[in-house]
Amino acid sequence: MKFFPLLWATLWRKKIRTIFTLMSIMIAFLLFGMLQGVNAAFHSGVDNANVNRLIVSSRISLTEALPLSQMQQMDALPGVAHVTYAVWFDARYQEQKNFLFAVPTDIDRYLATIPEVKVAPDQVEALKRTRSGILIGTVAAKKYGWKIGDRVPLHSNIWTRKADGQSDWAFDVVGFYDFTGDPSQTDGAIFNYSYFDEARAFRNGTIGWWIVSVKDPNQSAAVAQAIDKLFENSSDETKSQSEKEFAQGFMKQFGDINFIVTAILGAVFFTLLFLTGNTMMQSVRERVPEMAVLKTLGFSDGQVLTLVFAESLLLCLLAAALGLLLAQMIFPLIAGKIGAASLPLQVLATGGLIAVVLAVLTGLPPALSASRLNIVDALRS
Amino acid sequence: MNAIVTLSGVTKRYTRGKQTVEVLHGIDLEIAQGDFVALMGPSGSGKTTLLNLIGGLDQPSTGSVAVAGERIDTLSGSKLAKWRARHIGFVFQFYNLMPMLTAQRNVELPLLLTSLSAAQRKKNAEAALAVVGLADRSKHKPNELSGGQAQRVAIARALVADPTLLVCDEPTGDLDRNTADEILHLLQTLNREHGKTIVMVTHDPKAAEFASHQMHLDKGLLVGTTVAA
Repeated sequence: MKFFPLLWATLWRKKIRTIFTLMSIMIAFLLFGMLQGVNAAFHSGVDNANVNRLIVSSRISLTEALPLSQMQQMDALPGVAHVTYAVWFDARYQEQKNFLFAVPTDIDRYLATIPEVKVAPDQVEALKRTRSGILIGTVAAKKYGWKIGDRVPLHSNIWTRKADGQSDWAFDVVGFYDFTGDPSQTDGAIFNYSYFDEARAFRNGTIGWWIVSVKDPNQSAAVAQAIDKLFENSSDETKSQSEKEFAQGFMKQFGDINFIVTAILGAVFFTLLFLTGNTMMQSVRERVPEMAVLKTLGFSDGQVLTLVFAESLLLCLLAAALGLLLAQMIFPLIAGKIGAASLPLQVLATGGLIAVVLAVLTGLPPALSASRLNIVDALRS
Repeated sequence: MNAIVTLSGVTKRYTRGKQTVEVLHGIDLEIAQGDFVALMGPSGSGKTTLLNLIGGLDQPSTGSVAVAGERIDTLSGSKLAKWRARHIGFVFQFYNLMPMLTAQRNVELPLLLTSLSAAQRKKNAEAALAVVGLADRSKHKPNELSGGQAQRVAIARALVADPTLLVCDEPTGDLDRNTADEILHLLQTLNREHGKTIVMVTHDPKAAEFASHQMHLDKGLLVGTTVAA
């Protein structure tokens, strides 16, 4: 710590240059934070996928409906613990940009199959009592400020009502739900399938996909095979996948987000490496006599090396911290749009690690050259 | 004579490309404790090279260098660095202060290598600045000081760790006559009143008059010693 004032003063020796370098690194880390945040949000479904669960959809396409009658046959299959279902409602609130992952289902089956979903028992009962009831995820509730007793109008981009041919549906908020370990899963809503199925104009008695939990995760593949075999050669053939495979397949519809993000950040950090490295080299070159004076005063080669390296580390960590802090402040503004809550801690930790690597790569070469300075030659220069 | 610096048969050769140049040829000399020695001679006579050897900045090609009874020509780089921190105070022609640090922080630099607390370092630095008459300039940066004041800060920095030996390389070479005399008076006071042993390189005869001994070098040889009148 006693060297910190020297280190700090040295860092700000050329204020303008330091500010520009700091800003370059800061913006790179801001970009890193935002892009990795988006990437993590997109992949959170994959990362949080449960190994005990299968997603069963139509063999033809995810958009093809399956008959509700399949449920009894699946219930009876050995190895199957619970079966539930959902329908893609494609709900929008007030404006098209306000997408809500709202699904009609059987609440008892849904909670048994996905135990991560947590709802207060009295609110479950309230949903069962209220045909037009809806449970709102905590993130969505916070986003739109909904409370119990509110009547929420949702527009479906798919489903029209039999009664009036309109696509606007009204629901009564009866409770809220959480999702253990992944708050981003609560940017949605759950409502009664019975209400939805009776009211919709077409495809009655069908569902969008099945969610099946298995008794033994080691038997997942066998159960998936058994389900598909059960409906083989029927008019409603199925495709059963683990929740993870399903999430990955869903992600691929958007393109390889991970590759795009990695490519952009790779180019940014590669450029930054040269920029910062050059700045550090130049800074040390300008201070050759000062380094020689430090050595003359009794600073060892190792101490000079440590000082120069620490300067690079301080610069990179300070800029990275500012960039990531800024990203953390800005990210919530876009988080809702991509179904995320906040910048994952893992992104911040990875950012810190990258800052250290950047400091090593840019600080070590000039630090080594400073430590190897010959005092007599350096003083003469 | 109680010698604090002893050089025996010291030669120094430099290799530049394929050429080897011998700068010092078998120097033998002794400097007594509490002495103020001026090393004089024309350019290229080997004054600064000799000073660098005495100050542990460089090592001889042959011969031995002992300061305060310790052979320094055999010390490794890191041990020599520690030895310099403990025993030598350097004053350069161009002050060589850190431009981004205040006078007080500059003077504190050698104390960063000690185990003194921050408060004690500050106190010692202020005391050293008071000795050179710059107590009121401690918060100023080098670019806010005159040449003479900057050199005084450099002297305070050289003194602050209470070194065995003060080594000065043309300390007045960048100063006008009056300021140079002030600096030389300060060095003389440090020698006479604080008992500091000083070795000073200069080619200015007027500056050399402030020393108690003058040693003359020519073409790498010690050609004579003069005692001040």
